[in-house]
Amino acid sequence: MKGFFTDTTLCIGCKACEVACKQWNQLPDDGFNFTGLSYDNTGHLGSSTWRHVSFVERPVPLGGTLSSFSWLMMSDVCKHCARAGCLEACPTGAIVRTEFGSVYVQPDICNGCGYCVSACPFGVVDRRGDDGRAWKCTLCYDRLKADLTPACAKHCPTGSIQYGDLVELRVKARSRVEELHAQGMGEAYLYGADPESQPGTGGLNAFFLLCDRPEKYNLPPDPVVPTKKVRRSWLSMGAAAVGLAALTLAAVVTP
Amino acid sequence: MPGLGISFGRGGATTFQQDLKNADVIVIQGSNMAECHPVGFQWVMEAKARGAKIVHVDPRFTRTSAMADLYVPLRAGTDIAFLGGIIRYILENDRAFKEYVVNYTNAPVIVSDDYADPEDLEGFFSGWDAASGEYDTETWKYADVGDMPAAGHKEVVPKGVPPKVRGLDITHRKSDPSLQHPRCVYQILRKHFARYTPEAVADICGVSPEKFLKVCEWLCENSGPDRTGAFCYAVGWTQHTVGVQYIRSAAIIQLLLGNIGRPGGGIMALRGHASIQGSTDIPTLFNLLPGYLPMPHANHDNLSEYLRINSAGAGFWSEYPAYFVSLMKSWFGEAATEETDWGFRWLPAISGDHSHMTTVADMAQGKLRGYFVIGENPVVGSSNGAYHREGLRKLEWLVVRDFALTETAEFWRTAPEIASGEIRPEEIGTEVFFFPAATHTEKDGSFTNTQRMLQWHHKAVEPPGDCRSDLQFTYELGKRLRELYADSTIDRDRPIRALTWDYPELKPGEPDAEAVLAEINGRDLVTGKPLQKYAQLKRDGSTACGCWIYAGVYANGVNQAARRKPAREQHWVAPDWGWAWPDNRRILYNRASAAPDGKPWSERKRYVWWDEEAQKWTGYDNPDFIADRPPAYRPILGAAGLDAISGVDPFILQIDGKGWLYAPAGLLDGPLPTHYEPEESVVENLLYRQQCNPRRLEWHTSSNPYHRAFADPRFSCVLTTYRVTEHHTAGGMSRWLSWLSELMPEMFCEVSPELAGKRGLVHGGWATISTARGDIECRVLVTRRLSPLRVRGRTVHQIGVPYHWGYTGRVRGDSSNDLLAFVADPNVHIQESKALTADIRPGRRGRVRRAAVHGFPARPELGPPRDIVGLRPFKQQPLQHDPAKE
Repeated sequence: MKGFFTDTTLCIGCKACEVACKQWNQLPDDGFNFTGLSYDNTGHLGSSTWRHVSFVERPVPLGGTLSSFSWLMMSDVCKHCARAGCLEACPTGAIVRTEFGSVYVQPDICNGCGYCVSACPFGVVDRRGDDGRAWKCTLCYDRLKADLTPACAKHCPTGSIQYGDLVELRVKARSRVEELHAQGMGEAYLYGADPESQPGTGGLNAFFLLCDRPEKYNLPPDPVVPTKKVRRSWLSMGAAAVGLAALTLAAVVTP
Repeated sequence: MPGLGISFGRGGATTFQQDLKNADVIVIQGSNMAECHPVGFQWVMEAKARGAKIVHVDPRFTRTSAMADLYVPLRAGTDIAFLGGIIRYILENDRAFKEYVVNYTNAPVIVSDDYADPEDLEGFFSGWDAASGEYDTETWKYADVGDMPAAGHKEVVPKGVPPKVRGLDITHRKSDPSLQHPRCVYQILRKHFARYTPEAVADICGVSPEKFLKVCEWLCENSGPDRTGAFCYAVGWTQHTVGVQYIRSAAIIQLLLGNIGRPGGGIMALRGHASIQGSTDIPTLFNLLPGYLPMPHANHDNLSEYLRINSAGAGFWSEYPAYFVSLMKSWFGEAATEETDWGFRWLPAISGDHSHMTTVADMAQGKLRGYFVIGENPVVGSSNGAYHREGLRKLEWLVVRDFALTETAEFWRTAPEIASGEIRPEEIGTEVFFFPAATHTEKDGSFTNTQRMLQWHHKAVEPPGDCRSDLQFTYELGKRLRELYADSTIDRDRPIRALTWDYPELKPGEPDAEAVLAEINGRDLVTGKPLQKYAQLKRDGSTACGCWIYAGVYANGVNQAARRKPAREQHWVAPDWGWAWPDNRRILYNRASAAPDGKPWSERKRYVWWDEEAQKWTGYDNPDFIADRPPAYRPILGAAGLDAISGVDPFILQIDGKGWLYAPAGLLDGPLPTHYEPEESVVENLLYRQQCNPRRLEWHTSSNPYHRAFADPRFSCVLTTYRVTEHHTAGGMSRWLSWLSELMPEMFCEVSPELAGKRGLVHGGWATISTARGDIECRVLVTRRLSPLRVRGRTVHQIGVPYHWGYTGRVRGDSSNDLLAFVADPNVHIQESKALTADIRPGRRGRVRRAAVHGFPARPELGPPRDIVGLRPFKQQPLQHDPAKE
């Protein structure tokens, strides 16, 4: 099982990951729009942006520093959830779990129905305007097959994006949190590192070290895969059907 | 880089980026390292992970500040006051690394009785000549020693020709190792920096004393035998009218704290492009030959005069004739003989300033016929772009070699004054030749990176279409010139005919880049073998070498720059990756990593040491010293040349072997850094009556108007320019690429919420920024990363503008450098782009863009003088060319 550990305390916001990803995967640009959102002009993950760096300017210091201001940067990516909503929602079988544990959309099978788009609790999967198919990070499946590191992790100059074996990454990440706590950055914590802390997704194969609430980074605080609620939905629906039937019966039977 | 060259002997970073991880404190100032050198910044992050303190001092909170333990905002253009404050703190609190300072710097040396300090002369050093506006450096000398040459910045030509090589009497200098003598350098320093108190720093820079003292304390507590600290700087320090002195200030701090030549120490000069270090080593500068050898000057009548002026009585510059003669042998081959003065007379002799800005000003006056622009986009990248275009319009021909039709190539077609109809293309007589260039992946060659390391790149793909390498272009140009002059018998054409110009061609027209590297490395002309190191160079014409500091890059006939042994297969210094000049040394002056007795200062900072048994220097790096000279060696009185280098002289290029806290020669604007306000400032100089560097260079023309010296009511904000990660300098390598352009699509400015509120600027809206030179428009980014500063009781607002955009390319915008004036540092003629004054107002500019060049000159503002009245002559231009003399 492979994945990413993205340590946002090491991110310098250089966007090398965004460019390396686009270059390797030959993705088109998103248009040339000045957004005014700090240094972020690509906005969010989408069909043509599979790595995206967000910038958060805060008038509060980061623990352990003497500055009165802080600027958080985070390279966001598909989380390759242990329980992937997109995969479970896909009616054609285009989305599969690969031998590396990643979630992969097979472009030759995808029919562009878009069910996966609404099934992703992170808003990662997106359909492309021109061909209508769904696209997202592949964890560089083609590179992994050739025993190469995914392009983004390969180009990250500071080791903010770390690729590797998930078990090892989790150990590394936990000790990094302890290290940061010892340095006075008490706010550091892991997001989605295991099923226990994020039952809604069963844990993320691409998890993060954050220093503020998830919402600050445009991440949901408690993501839940929609299919996780299937049983409850069906039960509710059943109960509703039974109730309706009872009401109908009552209406007919009662004189 | 005379700032480093004067202080230590060589104009290059004293250390390498990988070594930053060994630092215990890193001060990044005048650089936005995380954004502009993101790959090298990993070593700062590594240091941080190991527990080092990271300090970032900058007018803006940048991505570098976001990674720092302490961010210190300061007013742009006041770094000397800040650094001078640190120097004072070290001296007054007795925090210097005494044993290092006494042995390895010129702190104990007694200075001439005639020297007088700005402390007593209202901001001037002794020797100022009000008539010429220049310093006579006579009074700055060491006591009891005659005129002596500086190791760095040798291109400064002394007046007159000395009767013999200068500095032969260097061993006669007087010293006071107790540092108590009132005229010793240490005490002069104390007096000079006495005014730079924490309160003065607060008042000038707008830095709170708490933050300032924290920086001082972190620096001091992380220096000494067991700990080291490093400084990183870039053009945020150099591009000022006192740029060289900024770097000198850092050099003084690092020498006082004993941080030069030691692991985790040093001054990391971060160069702006992939091979900018290379382009000063083998220069594209008007006054230097390869290896920092000065160009012959019209004042030098013959070779012996030239050699006498440039040789030093002691240290490795005493071998100057060997470096020069070998260069001539490399260029002119057999034709360079003792009888022909090795071809000395064939070199052009310069008679004055032919630097970039002077050339453009000359161009605007119609004095130039043609201009080559290769790998540069000066219309966007240099100050006062409109003035540049005025110059280009007056040329007969212009050659541009680039990847795309840059603004410089398109100045006649899409420039703002063309778009507005002020100038019509048919009125421009300049013939423009555009040559598409091959990128580095499409050709073989080397980069000399920021840490003096050459790394070879092999051609990966063929260049498309008509794109060709610069090497091919230059080689072909040379071949055709030689054909034109082949039959000439005129003496002045001799150099072109005598030039060695016979590189093997890999395919027709494409010369072998490795053959050029081999030529630069040089060879022994007797055996024909490649040189191994520069110490082998001879002055009798038996060696040829294209650049003496690069000797060894092709040692054993192997391209050493192409070595790529991974770091994990060698020790941390990684000497088998690429090749660094000189002699593959990664930390310069590393003799200083050992105590005077030759033993490491501490186990933790062990690097190079004296091996008593083998009787030679050894260590992790190539020792930067005479290999077998014992630490106990002392020269006899009157010793000269290499014999004068004592066992405790780590700075072997310096005439006295010491790090120069005080520069007795070589600089044009003073032996010590002094705080002057930028050409255009918001406040008067708090420390001296003299407002600006009296030696600065100005260009007085209607196309280049200046603001008031300070407090100009029309231009009340401080403006600073910079780069962002997403773009490359003037945009030639990024604005044509969609993946980079989408990340930073539009020209913008950064302002604080306070300034936005005051001026009615709307976040995401438009603003127009003005100076007397012109207007630009840009989008507004209101951010808390900029904050107003309190300076002398006043609130100072700063505006930040990146300079990447222009009028061609995939994403376009106004060029912020159109706001800048021509004004320069005297030592290196660099523009002042990092601190000026400007005005900002909401909304877009008019369709016809206001520019001084096109008859919109601002009213000349007399205002308060920049100079003490009567002490500085008015010069229209830095140097009036006298055609008779040329």
